[in-house]
Amino acid sequence: MEFDIVSLSRLQFAITALYHFLFVPLTLGLSVLLAIMETVYVMTGRKIWRQMTKFWGTLFGINFVMGVATGIVMEFQFGMNWSYYSHYVGDIFGAPLAIEGLMAFFLEATFVGLFFFGWDKLSKLGHLVATYAVAAGSNFSALWILIANGWMQNPVGSAFNPQTMRMEITDFFAVLMNPVAQAKFVHTVSAGYVTAAIFVLGVSAWYLLKGRSTELAKRSMTVAASFGLAASLSVVVLGDESGYLSTEHQKMKLAAIEAMWNTEPAPAAFTAFGFPDQEARETHYAVHIPMVMGLIGTRSLTTPIPGINQLVASAEDHIRKGIVAYDALQKIRAAGSEAAVPAEARTAFEDNGRWLGYALLLKRYVDDPRTATDAQIKAAANDTVPGVLPLFWSFRIMVGLGFFFILLTATFFVLSARRALDHHPWLLRVAVFSIPLPWIAAELGWVVAEFGRQPWIIEGVLPTAAAVSNLGAATVLTTIVGFVVIYTVLIIIEMGLMLRAIKQGPEPDTEPEAILASPTIAPAE
Amino acid sequence: MILSELIDYGTLRLIWWVLLGVLLIGFAALDGFDLGVGMLLPFVGRNDIERRVVINTIGPVWEGNQVWLILGGGAIFAAWPPLYAVSFSGFYLAMFLILAALILRPVGFKYRSKRDSMRWRSGWDWALFTGGFVPALIFGVAVGNVLQGVPFRFAEDMGIFYEGSFFGLLNPFALLCGLLSVSMLVMHGSAWLALKTDGKISWRARDYGSVAALITLVLYVAAGAILWAYISGYRITSAIDPAGPSNPLLKTVVAESGAWFANYAAHPWLLVAPALGIIGTIATFLALRSGAEILPLLTGKLAIFGIISSVGVSMFPFILPSSIDAKSSLTVWDSSSSHLTLFIMLVVTVIFLPIIVAYTSWVYHVLWGKVDAAQVTDKSSHSY
Ligand code: HDD
Ligand code: HEM
Ligand code: HEM
Repeated sequence: MEFDIVSLSRLQFAITALYHFLFVPLTLGLSVLLAIMETVYVMTGRKIWRQMTKFWGTLFGINFVMGVATGIVMEFQFGMNWSYYSHYVGDIFGAPLAIEGLMAFFLEATFVGLFFFGWDKLSKLGHLVATYAVAAGSNFSALWILIANGWMQNPVGSAFNPQTMRMEITDFFAVLMNPVAQAKFVHTVSAGYVTAAIFVLGVSAWYLLKGRSTELAKRSMTVAASFGLAASLSVVVLGDESGYLSTEHQKMKLAAIEAMWNTEPAPAAFTAFGFPDQEARETHYAVHIPMVMGLIGTRSLTTPIPGINQLVASAEDHIRKGIVAYDALQKIRAAGSEAAVPAEARTAFEDNGRWLGYALLLKRYVDDPRTATDAQIKAAANDTVPGVLPLFWSFRIMVGLGFFFILLTATFFVLSARRALDHHPWLLRVAVFSIPLPWIAAELGWVVAEFGRQPWIIEGVLPTAAAVSNLGAATVLTTIVGFVVIYTVLIIIEMGLMLRAIKQGPEPDTEPEAILASPTIAPAE
Repeated sequence: MILSELIDYGTLRLIWWVLLGVLLIGFAALDGFDLGVGMLLPFVGRNDIERRVVINTIGPVWEGNQVWLILGGGAIFAAWPPLYAVSFSGFYLAMFLILAALILRPVGFKYRSKRDSMRWRSGWDWALFTGGFVPALIFGVAVGNVLQGVPFRFAEDMGIFYEGSFFGLLNPFALLCGLLSVSMLVMHGSAWLALKTDGKISWRARDYGSVAALITLVLYVAAGAILWAYISGYRITSAIDPAGPSNPLLKTVVAESGAWFANYAAHPWLLVAPALGIIGTIATFLALRSGAEILPLLTGKLAIFGIISSVGVSMFPFILPSSIDAKSSLTVWDSSSSHLTLFIMLVVTVIFLPIIVAYTSWVYHVLWGKVDAAQVTDKSSHSY
């Protein structure tokens, strides 16, 4: 990678976002699991459920603060590294971010204090409300941030304003109801639930293997297995929904994921294995499964899915239209006032304005897109192909893991129904070693979603290369190094504390279970 | 959408200017005492138990308070996108330092008491100190620079160019503002500790706090005097259209000495703001000395309100003046979001802000009362 400002800024964003998302999924899922466990406690009055809530709550807390610490960086980064982006789309993009603060972060952050400090200060029900508020807050936060991110993939409800040189909102409702955002929300939140379920499953399996805290571990596994099974089914079904939507909105991303170099007659085959070669535009050692791709991508037997070469050709056409739009824009801005705008510039912009972003792809090669040569236009069209090999493999690993999680959680679901959780130590070992896998799937998911969007930062509207701040490479490098150092130290500390807390295990509950076994005689706390 | 026409563009911009102030003051008044407590921690707490008492006074609330800062960032992005874009990319390294320091806080609070080692704990104490001191200082330095004008300009396509350096930010006036911000938040933090603790800790806090109040007073008056005597303000010289497009380049601006005081000359009642800054600070000093419990916290919030709003009022309608290309300066009338976005965000704010205030008050109510050594050493209390 060359160390220009664009690559450095991308690297910085990728590092900090992927790092933030190490903590996010566990927060999302564990907060819901805590709410479930505490609900059982409040309904049955059985102390062990309270002990479970507190124990998993401790682990939740260690993870949660890292999510907060790294989230703060995300909030300010757009302005720091992506100032043209912030100017260009802040009118639309800023709103969900601010609403996230108002609706989600306040809720989550205010009540998380009560979750930890309120055990003795609140009634049972009062404390449960606090736990629910934390779970609701973290899930709302995912909703709003994914509305923002979904808009970058599918920029609906907005239009370019020549007077302010930026995108402005035209239909807020369309931004909220963006189908891409909805699909992303459900898929990402389910991914979080899977992560937490497998975390709880794996840690509990370890206790069973060690023969410690077995009561708590078995109950936790029962909850985790059923929750995890539902969540992993939902991840796979709704992952398919994301794929279906990218056929509609991000054809190039889908073609790259599939390494579909050329349009194939419908229904297209699914390439299960292979080594895509970007230069030669072909896939070596490909193994095809007939028809499957067409069915996933279009849900029909007759709609063809366009291939990369065909999409590059249409990108070239869009760039030429974009140049017309760019030219019209210059005339509109030169006119000074609304009234002075020449009529043909106005119509030219109305007809071609939606392709303006494609003209900006040429900025890599020329200052004024109107002077671009044919060769430059061809090069810019070629740039619209993202890196095929990483996408192809990231996607396949994520999907493979998705099916594995269904199998794993289903197995433990059955075992728990048969009260046989500790009968097969090798299965417990599999569960322990599966702990890191959901993180791998989730990180690769973001690579698919974000790397697959390249070269666009806003699909079809603003190229990534045009969006950066005018900073020196050395400056950005300094902060990358700074973040990496701080983050590395912190994650070592975090993992250490996590392992320590797991090794220590749940605090013994001093009060005798017997008195509290029946809800009718449970004393108020 | 027709609904958004209910409030005209100019009025919405004014409302959002006020809301920006509300958020910044909300941040300083709520998260401010957390930052102050962080700075006081190594000095007010002389042994581990005392330090844990200090930390646990803010343990359950700092997290919610910090959202004021995050919301501040989000709201600037949504309502004033050019401000978000220019200031954070311009103050790039300073922002990095703030973020690096702020990262230490959540982790520090949570992790400090998870291990018994003294080295571990005192390491985190200094991390928490840094997490309070660095942001407080740099926010003040940033305000000091904004008052002098910031070296940025817009290109024709609205690309943003910043021509200053990190060390350029550290000029004497800005550093003075930085120290003012530090002392103001230390004063506020000590008022919180005076309320939430007893005995030695609370008296130490009062001592530090009253010194900080005196320093705040001196620095505030000095900053005002320097601003008056040496620093020129900015004035728009072209016609102003409060409902015009958000394009800063359409106006003309001059730098002019005394311009930052023109608003007070035109509307003398605005002097309430700096007056509150001065009176609030003096009152906090007296309240801290008198042993009053909750009063120092309230007067401290008054002082913060006065000091921060006096900056906003002096500069109005400027938000971020440019020192190298005056017409690029961001003002209330030409650097906001679109009419529709401002309207939607106002509706959302009007719905959610009261709800937030309601549940935040409830949480403070639940947690009311002093924190003492017995509580933090009780295992079942889940203290930090
Ligand atoms: C799908 C979920 C998701 C995604 C994609 C993101 N986040 Fe996040 N974020 C969360 C889900 C989340 C969370 C689960 O709600 C966190 C994790 C830990 C926590 O405290 O809340 C959080 C914390 C968190 C915080 C701290 C909030 C607090 O103090 O309580 C901020 C400021 C952000 N995030 C901002 C961002 C930004 C600007 C993102 C985009 C680039 C982003 N997050 C991506
Ligand atoms: C926390 C979850 C997220 C992860 C793990 C993630 C991952 C990534 C990665 C790997 C890149 C680099 C892509 C590349 O340069 O090739 C990237 C870029 C980017 N993403 Fe995301 N992303 C996340 C969430 C978001 C969200 C929610 C948004 C917007 C709301 C967003 C906006 C961006 C931007 C602005 C860039 C930089 C420009 C670019 O390279 O496209 N990301 N992200
Ligand atoms: C059969 C299984 C799966 C399918 C078909 C699938 C499909 C997809 C697709 C198509 C995307 C890209 C969406 C876009 O381009 O915007 C995506 C993204 C993502 N996936 Fe998966 N996925 C599967 C399993 C998983 C699993 C098991 C996890 C994690 C536990 C996961 C986590 C993610 C995440 C975090 C993203 C990024 C956010 C988003 O774009 O929604 N996925 N997935």
